[in-house]
Amino acid sequence: MNLPENLKYTKDHEWALIEGDIAIIGITDFAQKELGDIVFVEIETVDETLAQEEIFGTVEAVKTVSDLFMPLGGEIIEKNPALEDSPELINKDPYGEGWMIKVKMLNPSEANNLLSAAEYKALIEG
Amino acid sequence: MKNTPFTMFHVAAGARMMPFAGYNMPIEYSGIKDEHMIVRNGVGVFDVSHMGEIWVKGPDALNFIQKVCSNDASVLVPGKAQYSCFPNGKGGIVDDLLVYFFQPDKYLLVVNAANIQKDWEWLVSQNNMNVELENASDRIAQLAVQGPKALQVLQKLTDVDLAAIPYYSFVVGSVAGVEDVIISATGYTGAGGFELYFYNEYAPFIWEKLFSAGEEFGIKPIGLGARDTLRLEMGYCLYGNDIDDTTSPIEAGLAWITKFTNNKNFIDRDLLFAQKQQGVNRKLRGFKMIDKGIPRHGYEITDASGKIIGTVTSGSISPVLGIGIGMGYINGSLSNLGSEIYISVRNKLLKAEVVKTPFI
Repeated sequence: MNLPENLKYTKDHEWALIEGDIAIIGITDFAQKELGDIVFVEIETVDETLAQEEIFGTVEAVKTVSDLFMPLGGEIIEKNPALEDSPELINKDPYGEGWMIKVKMLNPSEANNLLSAAEYKALIEG
Repeated sequence: MKNTPFTMFHVAAGARMMPFAGYNMPIEYSGIKDEHMIVRNGVGVFDVSHMGEIWVKGPDALNFIQKVCSNDASVLVPGKAQYSCFPNGKGGIVDDLLVYFFQPDKYLLVVNAANIQKDWEWLVSQNNMNVELENASDRIAQLAVQGPKALQVLQKLTDVDLAAIPYYSFVVGSVAGVEDVIISATGYTGAGGFELYFYNEYAPFIWEKLFSAGEEFGIKPIGLGARDTLRLEMGYCLYGNDIDDTTSPIEAGLAWITKFTNNKNFIDRDLLFAQKQQGVNRKLRGFKMIDKGIPRHGYEITDASGKIIGTVTSGSISPVLGIGIGMGYINGSLSNLGSEIYISVRNKLLKAEVVKTPFI
């Protein structure tokens, strides 16, 4: 299981890469494996400001539909345009080309609520 | 939860396993889209040992089958199979099934795994003709070898001339040296191929022989996930989704297996005949998405104004077409082919078009 040390994780299987007050967000390698082939990503919340744990979009695999939750509250300033035509990037490169949104955080201290790689590993290996 | 005789092979191959109809079944191996295309373009193997097999034997076997089934089994000749359904006495469907005609006093009914007990009780309750019923489901394993290369793979394992078996026909013969295997030119994928029935004890041997023979053709095990997307691309009904105890075969577009000819009398004949003559208000139809989105079981179907006119019964992305496709019951004139309908997806109305099936 690929769990980069420099990322923060949620119990809902999102990750966040935090640089200053900007967070880049996606779903974990574990999540993409569990979902299987991802065929559609719907993110219609760009320019909206959402709180931590609010739904920012939906990811659809062949058989399932799953909500996506904000790891951190803030304004969604960008979404990954490549996912429109190539949602499979999330399967191929969940921490890189498969990123989903960039968020300008309202309260960077919320990152303290997130899980470290080791804590997330313990959660999924439960 | 029950295992099939192949469960150990699925686990060893790294399949994602899930309970289905009380069985521990493989949902996917390499990924649903990949597996789907393997079957469309090459050859794949489905473990469908969870399916039910019920023998009907005795001098009144045909009369009994004519009573409980909607299709006309009197047209069968030995070695032919037929798609049919059990009407439930209230205009609905107990199950859909295949009827295999072996000889005048011997038929095999192949039913859905989730309905084995229900079907068995229904058949027993309708048996006022003293036919012999035998539920052989727990003793019989089944593999569906599907795809354009299925014939080449299987031909390596049998002397039976497979190309000479017409669609919806079967031969009982030797496969990999195992005698009395039912080799049936049927399937649930639209990709061509065969379904094999044999006793559980031969299952590991046949599995190994099949995969050795198929290696040069790129044979792969395929899970239930791709089985569902493959059948949906063909517009085949799935019991529990598209048809059930509340849907009539006429509404479901199964008039072609609901026969009133040859003086055939059967459960719900009069009710279904009236539906066929007078028409039905709701019809099961295929539709494809025009707007981007994926229809799912249970989503509402609406007209352009948002008025609810039906419900999606099956939906997915089509791996071949790359767009959302689905089936659902539609009320009134918007069930006509070419109609513009809308699917309510997360409170948005997405445009779709009613189309003829198969989708590909």
